[in-house]
Amino acid sequence: MTNGLAELRRSVLAVAALAVILCGLYPLAAWVAAQVLFPGRANGSLRTTNGIVVGSDLIAPRFLGPAYFHPRPSAAGDGRDAGRSGGSNLGPLSRGLVEAVARRAADYRAENGLGAGTPLPADAVTASGSGLDPHISPENARLQAGRVARARGLAEASVIALIGASTEGRTLGVLGEPRVNVLELNLALDGVSRGGR
Amino acid sequence: MTVYGGLQLALFLGCLFLLTKPVGLCLVRVLDPGGRTWLDRPLKPVERLLYRFLGVDPAKEQDWRSYTRSLLLFSLAGLLFTYAVLRLQHLLPLNPQRFGPLAPDLAFNTAASFTTNTNWQNYAGETTLSYFSQMVGLVFHNFVSAAAGIAVAAALVRGLARHASRTVGNFWVDLVRVNLYLLLPMSLVLSLFLASQGVVQNFRPYVKTAAGAGATGAGAGNAIAAQVLPQGPAASQVAIKMLGTNGGGFFNANAAHPYENPTPLSNFVQMLAIFLIPAGLTYYLGRKVKDRKHGWAVWTSMALLFLVAALVCWKAESAGNPRLRTLGLDPRGGSMEGKEVRFGVPASALFATVTTDASCGAVNAMHDSFTPLGGLVPLVNIELGEVVFGGVGSGLYGMIVFIVLAVFLTGLMVGRTPEYLGKKIEAYDVKVSVLTILVPIFAILGFSAAASVGRWGLAGLGNAGPHGLSEIIYAFSSAAGNNGSAFAGLDGNTPAYNVALALAMLCGRFVMIVPVMALAGSLARKKLVPADEASFPVSGAMFIGILVGTVVIVGALTFLPALALGPIVEHFLMTGSGVLF
Repeated sequence: MTNGLAELRRSVLAVAALAVILCGLYPLAAWVAAQVLFPGRANGSLRTTNGIVVGSDLIAPRFLGPAYFHPRPSAAGDGRDAGRSGGSNLGPLSRGLVEAVARRAADYRAENGLGAGTPLPADAVTASGSGLDPHISPENARLQAGRVARARGLAEASVIALIGASTEGRTLGVLGEPRVNVLELNLALDGVSRGGR
Repeated sequence: MTVYGGLQLALFLGCLFLLTKPVGLCLVRVLDPGGRTWLDRPLKPVERLLYRFLGVDPAKEQDWRSYTRSLLLFSLAGLLFTYAVLRLQHLLPLNPQRFGPLAPDLAFNTAASFTTNTNWQNYAGETTLSYFSQMVGLVFHNFVSAAAGIAVAAALVRGLARHASRTVGNFWVDLVRVNLYLLLPMSLVLSLFLASQGVVQNFRPYVKTAAGAGATGAGAGNAIAAQVLPQGPAASQVAIKMLGTNGGGFFNANAAHPYENPTPLSNFVQMLAIFLIPAGLTYYLGRKVKDRKHGWAVWTSMALLFLVAALVCWKAESAGNPRLRTLGLDPRGGSMEGKEVRFGVPASALFATVTTDASCGAVNAMHDSFTPLGGLVPLVNIELGEVVFGGVGSGLYGMIVFIVLAVFLTGLMVGRTPEYLGKKIEAYDVKVSVLTILVPIFAILGFSAAASVGRWGLAGLGNAGPHGLSEIIYAFSSAAGNNGSAFAGLDGNTPAYNVALALAMLCGRFVMIVPVMALAGSLARKKLVPADEASFPVSGAMFIGILVGTVVIVGALTFLPALALGPIVEHFLMTGSGVLF
């Protein structure tokens, strides 16, 4: 029995000693190194205009109005709440899912002046896993280009060109999918709109 | 299914193959108390200091009972430690959002979850846990539960490699060495890579972004909404979360969150990190039992099971949901509900397969919104015992148990005393092996049955119909299998679910480890039987076929009836009817 008590004491000491190394020294070392080597990334890839933080390259905010490209639908919190990430978790035969997608599809077609025959990109009407997806597919962006161009009084071709500049291909040619960063694209649009006036 | 998805899968398996031997060699050195590593210079003094502090004589080995007792007592101390941290987080530092203490049931569930290497998330990181709770309460187990798993696997392999031996190693030495020489350096490198991709690593309060109206040049009525962006020491946690097949997310959305998994490259590396040590352990097995072909045969069996699962999941998700296609969606898009654009269908299906083949449980897409067959794959992976590479350590010891059973079954068929690597497999060995197979089965089916007829169980459902049953079965499979992924529509943060899931996790971990250690002790004691031409070959196509067959048949016999009522009937309802729930 004394042997058991000794082993229990050893267990407690091991928890304390390992916690100092693995939960103290390790994360602090990673913190120092990350702050020295990649300060921008380690601090949230924040994007500032005129000294004001307007968002993160990695997390799309809500964009209101027709003159902005819209990110994907979101189930985070009450909708694109960056403080409460998450997906809808609705199953494939869920009435809630099918009704939500039908509603979003109708809105998307109306907003962008699309006929019933135009197939919609899946990402335009489904909620992402995080609810904060910073990207939309290039097809989704192209379908929104006409609306954005009209709202800003720009030529559609110049908006399409901006989409091209904000599009990232597959990493190393194979990993992931082609995508457009919505914040980057919208800030680029604002730059063009301001410069044009 | 695109050619890019195929290339991504091939690249993944190719990288894993190339990394297996280097990691295996590293394990050989780390798991030998006298093994030399290139980190000896800075870390040897730390190792010695720890032994002195703990009063451990590294030269003294333990028998299986003493080894197991050390492991259980250490795990108990760790469980209480994390429970205390979570209950007291309002009094502890690094809590810029001033979160209050966790409720007792949630703290118990979370502490049990991390102690057992499960990392089931009934908490939501960014709204529940302080930076201290994450960095200390949770990261602690991310390291030590992984090290404990590797230690048990090492003890079992020593049991196979030794003969007429009473001891199977020293738990404290294995624990210290695996943490210092393997997990710590790998995590440091990986955390810096992840930070370079955009995973946050800071201690700042959550960032408030300004609303962008007016300054935008876009005209009235157009605006950028303000946001609150959570921060924290995520990179250091995510690194060990993957390497230790833990899987508990820093944020609620886990690896779907852009701060936790920002790029396709970070995604690829995280998937590799999950399989890295489990794959290396197969090489370690081959080296230690002096039969490298055997190690590679185990690797190949795992790779085959992985490949089939990955292809089925990918195909189902690419085909998508016919209910949504009829609304005018482009069929090329596949099933995108719950998935991120940067990963798309192929990298999401691949991640789901990897995370459930292993006992990781991190998710980069919401499994609950997968198509019925796409969601069946992760569920079946867990129910096969997570032996396809599997959890760190637990994958290998689970697979060795299946090998013992396969050898036993073949022995019955040819009417010969079964032997494995020169060890006679006797009644005692088969009994403890079957016990380890039965523990998760009873935990999964027993708790699921109770939940699906109890008011407490049905109260948490996020979906109706067969999908609701799938949510329950998935929850207890994930808990008992120590996976941690979820059909997350189920609200498990109720007192009843918190306690039931915690019990399932504790059974699935510790009630399994005891018979596995008994097997290790029994094998170590045996004398070697000289091999002759009638000995059962443990490499080659026939061995691989029998092993894969044993894994699949045991799993299918056990779980097919339950699966038929969940994902399988849902698939036929989806393709053959118009019903919605």
